Amino acid sequence: MLHFPMWKQTLIWLICLAGLAFALPNGFYTTVEQHNDAIAALETGVAETPEIAAARDAWPEFLPSGIVNLGLDLRGGAHVLVEVNVKDVYQDRLDAMWPAVRDVLREQKELIGSVRRQDSGENELRVRIGNAEAMRDALIAVNTLTRPVVSLTGAGARDFEVIVSGDEIVMTLSEAERIATDDRTMLQSLEIIRRRVDEAGTREPTIQRQGADRILIQVPGIGSAEELLTLIGRTAKLTFNEVVRQVASPDEAPGLGNIIVPSVDEGEGYYVLKRAAVVGGDQLTDAQTDFDSNGNPAVSFRFNPTGARLFGAHTSANVGQLFAIVLDDEVISAPRIQTAILGGSGIITGRFSIEESTQLAILLRAGALPAGIKVLERRTIGPELGADSIAAGKFAAVVAFAGVLVFMILSYGVFGVFANVALMFNIVLLFALLSVIGATLTLPGIAGIVLTLGMAVDANVLIFERIREELRRAKGPARSIEIGYEKATSAIIDANVTTLIAAAILFMMGSGPVKGFAVTLGLGIITSVFTAIWVTRLMVVIWLKTRKPKSIVV
Amino acid sequence: MRLKLVPTETKIDFFLRSKLTIGLSVVLIVASVVAFFAMGLNYGIDFRGGSVIRTATPAPVEVSLYRQVLSGLELGDFSVTEVVDPGADLTDTNRNSTMIRIEQTSDNPETQNDLIAEVKSALDSEIDGISYLQTDSVGAKVSGELVQAGVIAVVLAVFAVLFYIWLRFEWQFSLGAVAALVHDVILTIGVFAVLQIEFNLSIIAAILTIVGYSLNDTVVVFDRVRENLRRYKARPLMEVLNLSINETLARTMMTSVTTLLALVALYVLGGDVIRGFTFAMIWGVIVGTYSSIFIASPILLRLGVKRDWDKDNGAAGTQYADIDA
Repeated sequence: MLHFPMWKQTLIWLICLAGLAFALPNGFYTTVEQHNDAIAALETGVAETPEIAAARDAWPEFLPSGIVNLGLDLRGGAHVLVEVNVKDVYQDRLDAMWPAVRDVLREQKELIGSVRRQDSGENELRVRIGNAEAMRDALIAVNTLTRPVVSLTGAGARDFEVIVSGDEIVMTLSEAERIATDDRTMLQSLEIIRRRVDEAGTREPTIQRQGADRILIQVPGIGSAEELLTLIGRTAKLTFNEVVRQVASPDEAPGLGNIIVPSVDEGEGYYVLKRAAVVGGDQLTDAQTDFDSNGNPAVSFRFNPTGARLFGAHTSANVGQLFAIVLDDEVISAPRIQTAILGGSGIITGRFSIEESTQLAILLRAGALPAGIKVLERRTIGPELGADSIAAGKFAAVVAFAGVLVFMILSYGVFGVFANVALMFNIVLLFALLSVIGATLTLPGIAGIVLTLGMAVDANVLIFERIREELRRAKGPARSIEIGYEKATSAIIDANVTTLIAAAILFMMGSGPVKGFAVTLGLGIITSVFTAIWVTRLMVVIWLKTRKPKSIVV
Repeated sequence: MRLKLVPTETKIDFFLRSKLTIGLSVVLIVASVVAFFAMGLNYGIDFRGGSVIRTATPAPVEVSLYRQVLSGLELGDFSVTEVVDPGADLTDTNRNSTMIRIEQTSDNPETQNDLIAEVKSALDSEIDGISYLQTDSVGAKVSGELVQAGVIAVVLAVFAVLFYIWLRFEWQFSLGAVAALVHDVILTIGVFAVLQIEFNLSIIAAILTIVGYSLNDTVVVFDRVRENLRRYKARPLMEVLNLSINETLARTMMTSVTTLLALVALYVLGGDVIRGFTFAMIWGVIVGTYSSIFIASPILLRLGVKRDWDKDNGAAGTQYADIDA
């Protein structure tokens, strides 16, 4: 054990030095954070201003610049868990099939007869055909519209199931397609939420899928969960529909293929609209805050070529008619078409405040959520509380650290000093690891670090007590130390592996702050075993070689 | 001169009063179970659903004023408590905080949210300079799942270590260690029921850490038992166990004290947000240390141990002992 190869010694020192280098940025948290922000801003093409340049140059380029992310509970911000109503999409899918079904059946008009869509229950499309005798042909025709679904479970499954009920054809989504649709809906929702949050320009948001139909959104620095939800909570489904007529009550029968939609302005009652939209928000390429001719806030938009063509065709064919701009099942405004609008751009007016129009523009640019969402959990943490927690946590950590240092020196003398140096390296390495992997430090995470402090000395205590025992058995210093390290190792490994198992399970099962605790606890165990076994040993070996003591007291 | 928590060589007979210590633990376990069912846990909103608002005011505000303002609204059940944190003065983080808890009244999260908005606007108009440090709202659906996930995590952890110790030692050790940590978990839940301290997600984290810590302690004793069983093949098991506990006693005390030192600092100074968590940890370290001596070892003694370690394979327990520079 006194024989400690040079490469091993060098390696240990190198790891410690690397730890110092990578932990260093955390000591200058604000400076480094502004430096990183400045670089990120410049990368996205923001023009260089003196402030940005100053922030960038405040931290030297050659030093590592990774810092520990502060969790929501330390920085303040909002946490929202939402559930996506994936089933919302099913009916849309079926509605979208109707024109194709109609066209394919009309191709064989002589044989099949009239084709009419029937009122149906949820998540199905019912079509009655005139000549029930030709049902077989109709079925074959409709079946040509279905496609095979590629999935792990439903081999050979098709996207739609088509069955016959009397003289009606009933189309539903197949199980395999539902699963595939759900997955698509979730991916789309995630993407759109991410875009909306990014558009709002906040720092390091976390947007994660959880389980089958949930999304967790954490945005540091935002004022409140409500603010976050106004951004992500709206479906923001924009459509332009043909107005059939205006009615006073929502109870009137709209007629087949039509829907009744309330107006945002309560005085104006309800509109009966054609269910099939002329153009949808998905055809927009841009939306900006603007002002109408009276100087009121409005949102101007631009269609893509397809949208422009559809919009142009509709407006030129319906001059003098009303058309409705519908956002999330409410008519925002229903202007009369004065002339054909062929340029593919327009303006939405309504009773907006500037904030509302800005937000609507963001929502329209980011796109509509494919399905509605339901909020399951919302949490807001004020920045003051986070700052308090950091202050209290730091203070507690310093006191705990000082306490342990003093206690170790009192108990083990010079060996206690070795253990303390190792303990400091332990904290340094832990912060270095957390910074490098970009882990998030939470309040329980700080507790994990403080706990690591207490437990990190355990490995050294095990070794030192063992050395004491061996010394009592009248062995020489070198021999005792050697046996001490050797015999203590199995206990150290076993004891720490069990704690590591608990940390791993916490990490897998836990959420939010608990996960942060598991990360610091787990990494703390790894660094503490390293520093306790290798760093102290290195110091003890060097000490033994230089001092060559005849006897030692541990 | 060295600070020593225990004398250099101890010869305490830890089994002399084993009937008493086991009896004490059994009584405490029964008491914990009774407390759990009779008094129940004071679940936080993580597990029960509902909302919590944490306010701060520039000057102290009587809790009764909050009550008065809130009873004017139709909130259903609510409670108002002042956040008392003597440690906050030391870290200069005192903010005259008050916690308002509102019970879940409906399954619809929007209703709950409207309530919060109502409460905030009522408080805004009645209390000058009030600000909101934290607003949490958890739906019943999620809270049910969080309970489930927490219980699964604890059970999983117990089985995982049961397996690991069985792998590294023998099944008797495994049972002894698991009995000790089940003991610790039950007593921790018991103390939360008796003292009615809020039981939230972070307490589950604390319990899992206690599981880790308690094992850490037990494993160190067992590791010594394993070693001594090989060394003293002829000695009765009880003697070997006693010897092992005595030999590791200094270490057990040292580690417990340093860990407690760190935890007490955190408890006093770390702010009230994690006070429940650190309390659970402190309690866990104490019962964990106790149980590794007075629960795990007696069970090992009762179950008996296979003594011919070297015969089948010497490597099973020593594969890490040979790691050396």
